[in-house]
Formats: sequence, structure tokens, C-alpha cells
Amino acid sequence: MARMKFLCDADRCIDCNACVTACKNENEVPWGINRRRVVTINDGKPGERSVSMACMHCTDPPCASVCPVNCIFPTEDGVVLHNKDQCIGCGYCFYACPFGAPQYPQVGNFGSRGKMDKCTYCAGGGGPEAPGSAAEFAKYGSNRFGDGKLPLCAEMCSTKSLLAGDGDIIAQIYGERVRKRGYGSGAWGWTTAYHDDVEV
Amino acid sequence: MVMTFLARFRLATFVLALLAIAAAAPVFAQKVNPDGAPNPTASVTSQRELLQQVPRITGRIDIPDTKASVLIQPAGRTWDYFHQVLLRRGGAIVILGTVLLLAIGYLILGRLRISAGRSGQKVVRFKAFERFAHWLTAASFIILGLTGLNITFGKAALLPIVGPDTFAAISQVAKYVHNFTSFAFVAGLVLITVIFFKDNLLEKVDIDWLKQGGGFIKNRHAPAGRFNFGEKIVFWLSISAGIAVSASGFLLLFPFYGTDILGMQLAQMVHAVVAILFVALILAHIYIGTVGMEGAFEAMGTGEVDLNWAKEHHDQWIAKKLAGENGRGEPTATPAE
Repeated sequence: MARMKFLCDADRCIDCNACVTACKNENEVPWGINRRRVVTINDGKPGERSVSMACMHCTDPPCASVCPVNCIFPTEDGVVLHNKDQCIGCGYCFYACPFGAPQYPQVGNFGSRGKMDKCTYCAGGGGPEAPGSAAEFAKYGSNRFGDGKLPLCAEMCSTKSLLAGDGDIIAQIYGERVRKRGYGSGAWGWTTAYHDDVEV
Repeated sequence: MVMTFLARFRLATFVLALLAIAAAAPVFAQKVNPDGAPNPTASVTSQRELLQQVPRITGRIDIPDTKASVLIQPAGRTWDYFHQVLLRRGGAIVILGTVLLLAIGYLILGRLRISAGRSGQKVVRFKAFERFAHWLTAASFIILGLTGLNITFGKAALLPIVGPDTFAAISQVAKYVHNFTSFAFVAGLVLITVIFFKDNLLEKVDIDWLKQGGGFIKNRHAPAGRFNFGEKIVFWLSISAGIAVSASGFLLLFPFYGTDILGMQLAQMVHAVVAILFVALILAHIYIGTVGMEGAFEAMGTGEVDLNWAKEHHDQWIAKKLAGENGRGEPTATPAE
């Protein structure tokens, strides 16, 4: 069984934000929702690196653990999905998420956040809607995964900085790169998300 | 002088440590070539090194959502551990433990009777407005307590009974009820503080009350003014806890206004821990005001207490009250107004 993960090779990321745009377009997310974002560390200084970050689809996902209504769950492929019908918009998943992944359609004063939205690994939703249906698309976005395709952000990354796929395979690709070029800034978020790092 | 210097030194170190945690600016080690020139390609900002230096890796983003600038915060998992393990276990122990202790107390002490029996004469203890302030706070507290406990314990206690969809619907309503009942609670808290502040200031008689065992030992009379020492403790703890839950609650009502992710996590932790202790305190308060003591509930119920109850539990208050009324030429122990 494949364990789906993301890996951002920060030594290749050029902060072009194509992954962000691809995600917004593919999933038709509303204004203000950023399922994926690019954060630049040490901006303008030597050692500057950009990292594309979204839901990492963690092992033992803390969002699912703290959710008061248990509406978040990992699938058998390790993709963390949620059921928007049950979400009460309490905001706890954002406090627990190590990567700032959960998004809310409204500002959130007086608990008016609305239903949480986050990266679904382009795998549709965790609700009762039929996979690939129009109802699922309207609520959760694209279900490329059901068609055997990987998330569009990683698929169209021009420098192949952002990798998606089975954890062992993308870790191997990243390890080969680091060995060949002689340096690497690490698999960002892997220790926090998956309790293990890429050994190079 | 030595002590003050030491104290200042300690304070300064503490503040510096806090600042070091707060200023989460990534530090990076610049690699240089053998000739001494910096090598920007090899000067890798490794996430592993960064996480050893700062608790939260932050950077620059292109979107206006400032909280998105936090790239990685492993503390999210720590907060998860607090919420799912420490809070749930601790909260269950504190609340169930309090209920158990009160049950044991009831089995040992039973209901504290009015030792002289009822006199049949009534004296006014709480005016209508005072009772309104109390019941406004009490009703909103119970609503807030149940809807709040649902967030932490509902999925273990209620979800298996009603099913996930019904439970989600209940929790959605409970969340809004919790958010808006908070205003009634704060209003009640302010009223209670203003109305009862003066009578809850500590006096010398409180020491005597403690020495006499607070009225829990038979044949020993514990003297008290309008409020005894036990009630004063409930008052001051409630005011303190009320301020703490209100302040942290308003931070949670307006997420990320003046707070960052750490601030939101801390606000939730303060809110939850203080609320659990507050519930335990109020459970004891409800016990002694209802089944624990004969003649106590009517003080807040009808506002009038039996004269013998007043003499037994609040001798100085009733003496002063009767003296004052006699001074105005009114009959002793007036019936209901």
C-alpha cells in the first residue's frame, strides 16, 4: 500500500508560485483560501530558501486528533481528508496543525469561520458525496487521485522542486539529488509530519 | 540589596529567555569557501538546524494572511498532546474526583441541619436584583460549562450515543450558544463583583471561623458576617477564574487579533484549564447551597432565610441587621417585604 506524501526540495524552489496558482485553478477554491503557499526563509540574505507548503498529510494527524467532532481522518493511502458536513468551524485544527494548512472561508470572529478547507491531495472529499461527482467538486475540489493522478501542484512544478507520490519513492529521488549536488536543506516538515527524516 | 539585585537579575534572565522564544527570526550559519568568501549555494538553511534554533520557522509570504508566514510549528503536536491527553485525563479526574469527594462528604456529614430548628420567622438575605445577578451568572455558567465540556469530552461521551451527524449538528449549535452566552456571563460577573465586593473583604472574624472548623464540626459555632470565609473563598476564586476565562475566551472569539499561533494555543490552554477548575469549584458551591445544607438554598431562591439559620451561620450579619432595623424603629425580623 502506497503512503502518499509531499516533499519540497527547497534548493530547487524558485518561489514562482505556480503550485499555488495550479491548486487554486484546479480546485476552484474561493478567494482568501490558500491551500498551498510559498514561504521564503532568510529573504534577501545568503542561504535564502523558498518552501512550498500545504497539508503534509501527516502520520497521526494532529488536526484529526483534536477535532471535537472527529470529522478529519486519514485514508488508507495516508491522505488526510475531512467531512465538511460535520465540521463546526471551531478552528482547533489550525492550532494543532504544524504547517498552517487548515483554511476558513470567513475571518472567524464569534466563531463564524465557516467550514474548514484544506489541501485534499487532489483526492476529493471525505463526505458522503460520490467520488468524482459535481457535488464533491463543488465542496472539496478536484478528485484527480481517483483517476490515478497525483496532485496538480507537484505535477506541474517547473523545477520539480515539489514532489508528490509514494513516500519511499520521493524520498529516494530527493536523496539521489542531495548526493549528486553535494548539499541539501532537508525534507522540510518531514520529521514533524511523518516522525522520520530522509536519510541522505 | 543583595536580594533585590538577585531578584532583578532573575527577572532580566527570564525576560531575555522569553524574548529569545518570541523573536523567532531564523538564524543561519553562513558557509565560506577556503578563500574566506561566502558561498551562497552551499550556505544551506537546513530545516533541522533551524528547528533546533527556533520553535517556529517563519518567513516572507506573498499573501496578506500574516499567520500563513509560519512555515512549520512543531508545537502544534505539543498542543495536540495537551488537548487530547493532559486536558482530557486531568479534566476527567478533576471533575469526577470533585463529584466523588462531594458524595463522600455527603455520606459522612449528611445534610447540615439547622441545629435549633426552624423559627418560622423570615429575614431578607438577598434582594431581587442581587438574586437576578446571581442567577444570570449561574444560568449562563451552566450553559457555558455544558457546551464547553462538549468540545473536549463530547466525542467520547455523546458521539457514540447519538451518532456522528447528530453530534456534529448539536456541537455546531453548542458552539454558537457558547460564544454568545459568554456576554451574559460577563455581565453577571461584573454585577456580582460590584454588588458583593464589600461584603467579601477579609475580616478578623474569618480567622475565628476557620478555628471553629467552618461550621462543619457539631457543637462548635463558627462566627461570620454577611459572608463566611468559605463563601469569600468561592467569591474570590470565582472572580479570578471568571476574569481568566473571559479574557482568554475573548481572545478565542477574535482569533489572531493581536495574537499569533502561540497566543491562540496559550489562550485555549488557559481557557480550558481554568474552566475545568471553575466547574469543580462551582460543583462544590452548588452542593453546599442545595443538598449540603438545610435552609441555604432559599437565600438565593426566595431571597429570605430562616432567622435561626441566619443566627447559626451568619451571627454577626443578623445581629447587625436586627440592630439596624431596631434603630429605625422597625419590628424585629420583619416578614417578607
